[in-house]
Amino acid sequence: MSSQIPYLDGNAAAGELSKIFAIDVTNAEGQCANCGAKRRFAETHLYVQAPGFVARCPVCQHILLRLANGRRRVFLDMRGMTYFSLDANEA
Amino acid sequence: MIWYVGTVVALHDETATARTIALQVPDWPGHVAGQHVDVRLTALDGYSAVRSYSIASAPNSEQGVEITVERVPNGEVSPYLTQEIAIGDRLELRGPIGGWFVWHSQQTEPVQLIAGGSGIVPLMATIRSRASAGSTVPFRLLYSVREPGAIFYRDELRTLSDRDRSVTVTYAFTRAAPKGWPRPPSRVDAALIAQATWPANLAPSCYVCGPAPFVETVATFLTTTDHDRDKIRTERFGPTGERK
Repeated sequence: MSSQIPYLDGNAAAGELSKIFAIDVTNAEGQCANCGAKRRFAETHLYVQAPGFVARCPVCQHILLRLANGRRRVFLDMRGMTYFSLDANEA
Repeated sequence: MIWYVGTVVALHDETATARTIALQVPDWPGHVAGQHVDVRLTALDGYSAVRSYSIASAPNSEQGVEITVERVPNGEVSPYLTQEIAIGDRLELRGPIGGWFVWHSQQTEPVQLIAGGSGIVPLMATIRSRASAGSTVPFRLLYSVREPGAIFYRDELRTLSDRDRSVTVTYAFTRAAPKGWPRPPSRVDAALIAQATWPANLAPSCYVCGPAPFVETVATFLTTTDHDRDKIRTERFGPTGERK
């Protein structure tokens, strides 16, 4: 069960994601593609026991975002969200 | 976001296992209370490890950043930062990071801070930011800690709350309390939250930081006592204290 594995939150992924996004992601809002909950990325549950990390919906535990660091490439999977909205004023 | 190089200019032991590291960072863009930095250590063979640490200092510090690090037994980074690092050493820093778990000194609503263990660090930045900006917003801090010897920033918290009646500090000891302490050692519960925190009808902003189970428990208490979910901001530390 994922609930047995220690997790952090989206705040801890923001440094790594700043390599990809020009805008702060902790304040970005995403909608879970499974349950429809809308949450700030900072509120997601983050699992870091991986060569990268997995962010899950804090409501239904659906996987929202995965990042994997390869040797030469970084892989980003965001299909767990129907949208991800960032603050354009921060760009 | 680029990596900065910071030089250690001061070290201060907060407890037997936690140390504050003050860094001078040329070209530091400045930060907001509640933000964190990533710290990267690189070994001679090129192996590197990155950890996130909350910034403890107020935003006004000139090109300066302070972090407080709790030592994790068998940790990869924290034993070095709490035991071996010396003044003059250099650290790589990425940040400031985070735009959600932050407090701006222009905010006018009452503030409720709830810390579990080393979760006090970003909340201390908030208290320091309030003081340095001359804000008069009423603050309450509920600080859950194992025992008196595990309190971070104890003297400064006492000075701030003595000087300014609108900063109230309540300690909750979980394992050992001082002699004569009114509440026997126990975890933060609904009764203590009701007694020591702002009621929901004052619409305070609540900042909760600590280990994930602590944050879950406290956030649930707050939402079930009618606090607006949008006014509750949380940050979770790893069970080990190292955040990544």
